[in-house]
Amino acid sequence: MLILIPLLPFIGFVVNAFLGKRLPKSISGGLACAAIVGSFAVALAAVWSVVSSHHAMEQTAFTWITSGELSIPFAFRLDNLSSLMILVITGIGSLIHIYSTGYMHDEPDSEYARYFSYLNLFAAFMLVLVLGASFPVMFVGWEGVGLCSYLLIGFWFKKKSASDAGKKAFVVNRVGDFGFILAMLIIFVTFGTLDIQAVAAAAHSTYTPETAGIGVITAATLLLFLGATGKSAQIPLYVWLPDAMEGPTPVSALIHAATMVTAGVYLIGRCAVLFSLAPITLAVVAAIGTATALMAGTIGLVQNDIKRVLAYSTVSQLGYMFLAMGVGAYAAGIFHLYTHAFFKALLFLGSGAVIHALAGEQDLRNMGGLKKHLPITYWTFLIGALAIAGIPPLAGFFSKDEILWRTYSTEWPAFHLLLYGVGILTAFLTATYMFRLVFMAFHGERRHEAPPAHPEEEEPVAHAAAAHAASAHVAPSTKHGTQHAAPSTQHAHGAHIHDAPPAMAFALIVLAMGSVLAGFIGVPHAIGGNNWIETFLEPAFLAPDAVHEAAEAVHAGASVELMLMGLSVGLAAAGIGLASYFWLRNPAASAAWAQRFSGIHRLLLNKYYVDELYDAAIVQPIKGISTGGLWKGVDAGGIDFAVNGVGLGVRGSSSLLRRLQTGSIRVYAASLFAGAVVVLGYYLWR
Amino acid sequence: MITLNHYLILSALLFAIGTAGVFLRRNLITMLLSIEIMLNAVNLTFVAVGRYLGTVDGQIITFFVMTVAAAEAAVGLALVIALFRHRETLSPDAFTALKW
Repeated sequence: MLILIPLLPFIGFVVNAFLGKRLPKSISGGLACAAIVGSFAVALAAVWSVVSSHHAMEQTAFTWITSGELSIPFAFRLDNLSSLMILVITGIGSLIHIYSTGYMHDEPDSEYARYFSYLNLFAAFMLVLVLGASFPVMFVGWEGVGLCSYLLIGFWFKKKSASDAGKKAFVVNRVGDFGFILAMLIIFVTFGTLDIQAVAAAAHSTYTPETAGIGVITAATLLLFLGATGKSAQIPLYVWLPDAMEGPTPVSALIHAATMVTAGVYLIGRCAVLFSLAPITLAVVAAIGTATALMAGTIGLVQNDIKRVLAYSTVSQLGYMFLAMGVGAYAAGIFHLYTHAFFKALLFLGSGAVIHALAGEQDLRNMGGLKKHLPITYWTFLIGALAIAGIPPLAGFFSKDEILWRTYSTEWPAFHLLLYGVGILTAFLTATYMFRLVFMAFHGERRHEAPPAHPEEEEPVAHAAAAHAASAHVAPSTKHGTQHAAPSTQHAHGAHIHDAPPAMAFALIVLAMGSVLAGFIGVPHAIGGNNWIETFLEPAFLAPDAVHEAAEAVHAGASVELMLMGLSVGLAAAGIGLASYFWLRNPAASAAWAQRFSGIHRLLLNKYYVDELYDAAIVQPIKGISTGGLWKGVDAGGIDFAVNGVGLGVRGSSSLLRRLQTGSIRVYAASLFAGAVVVLGYYLWR
Repeated sequence: MITLNHYLILSALLFAIGTAGVFLRRNLITMLLSIEIMLNAVNLTFVAVGRYLGTVDGQIITFFVMTVAAAEAAVGLALVIALFRHRETLSPDAFTALKW
């Protein structure tokens, strides 16, 4: 049964990849949706049997590698953690597939089928990733989703920025993947097995946090975390995710918000036993996660591209999840992963509906007043924004507060206060930039002047302008055949703006309901809930034979928890208020502040110049070495020279030898005769 | 008394005449005929030496040589005809296209 879950989308991929060109849109899109919805149904049944039997389900598809002592079956395992993951992947995946049938409807048939084949392939690999029972099987999924991410970011590959973004994502992810591979090797050398559960059991019986010290476990977990930073866009490898917004918006929702980028968080959850044995790694994870959350939050505050704001918000929220993982609150991290999947997918799909309605417009400064034109999009987007801002009782409130509370109540005395402080500051920033987005896009009056007159400080403008130009003929903008996508020429836009078509509206509404309700499976004890999700997930983070001691001791500080909860809700409300002051009631003030702190503003707008720094520190030196050393020195000067030299030598010597081919029969006969005489003479007179 | 040496001298003379023909004549058919003379000179040697040694080996080899010579003559003459049709001449100097 388990094998069916990834197999169904894979079949959808194969059919659409090979026959898609000849199929009409209704069939290729319908098939892709049927494949993922079928997978969701099977996943529901499988999860039901796991939950009701309290036993992990395992299935071996085939023996994959056998060599000496190493034997790796291609096995799947469904436990409580992967249950939650496959429901998120197939459930939200189904909604996004359905949404895509509306969003991509203006693509030609073959492109449409190509899109859905990639999307199905992605779902198949993602399910292999979370269901894999051993590291290599997981790695197959890990690489597969990376591939699909590359293909889908560069889906509009005729646009240079899109194909560049795809390559950037692929290359940056390679850096993390190398960490994953090294970690696998260390684990295999140390424990002699690659089955995740067996490794956890072996590590648990061999080490304790005190004895593990700085050793193989720390090295292996740090390398695994390097892999996670690549896939989940954390410092220092987060740079690919904002650029990945070049892909179609449903892809951003599925891959770059809800599922693939959370693979790193899942990886840590999967290897929680190992991470728990490595306190140093945990501190690194928490620090990196917190730093990423803050940094991405501040960048998100000033970006003007609607999808880029959401991208930085995703990076920031992923940082939250790593913070939770780093303080050992694995269940809280996974819980946030799960709620985040709902509201971030909702926000991305909502932004997609806005972009769709505005014929490819992505610049917030050219939006405004969309509330009355796009009511469904507005209300669902607002729910998503409230959820991510952490307003009770929406989903984000429960998961975010759980993380903050667990951060506060963790053991490291000085460190945790710092982490908590940054975390709560980021929560404030989250509310601010999300509502800046809401107010700029949906409230006020429609603005449609060209981007402002400071092109030198507007790095993203050229980018966005290029996107307009290119998307005018490839992106969904072709919906309005006669209407040009360039913002300045959008005449009588009010009449043309239409709300999301039914397929898109359906996905938005379901996700909005999810964003409201998803959090109720994790209501904390402090306000009378029973935090069902934590009890459900906890066994997955313990070694198989470990005694299951519930963390009852923590609940002593219920009143402190309530107080902190009030603080974070207050800050979220303050963030919304701040946003409403700057971008709703007094727009001039935001410009004035940007002017007054122009240094900081420019720093944030240019994303702390990290891309430029990487370019100068890594890309340019590599280019220089490759051009001057490897290309012109080794390749042209060494290898080519040797090959050409052999050719030249042969040609030179043969230009002498070929003089023997005179074409005269008599000369040939004479040389034959002379040769015969010489041979005979040799034998006769020697 | 005709001894083996007489036969050998005769065949050497014939071989020399054939070789000279190949080198000196400027007609492809004559050159082929000269080659036949050379082959037959060798045949004579084989038969003579076979007789001298009292075996039939020399005669057997002669038959082989004759067979090959017949085949060679057929192929050679066919080529000569083809070449003649091409260039209207039998001079080997006219056919020097296959050189460097």
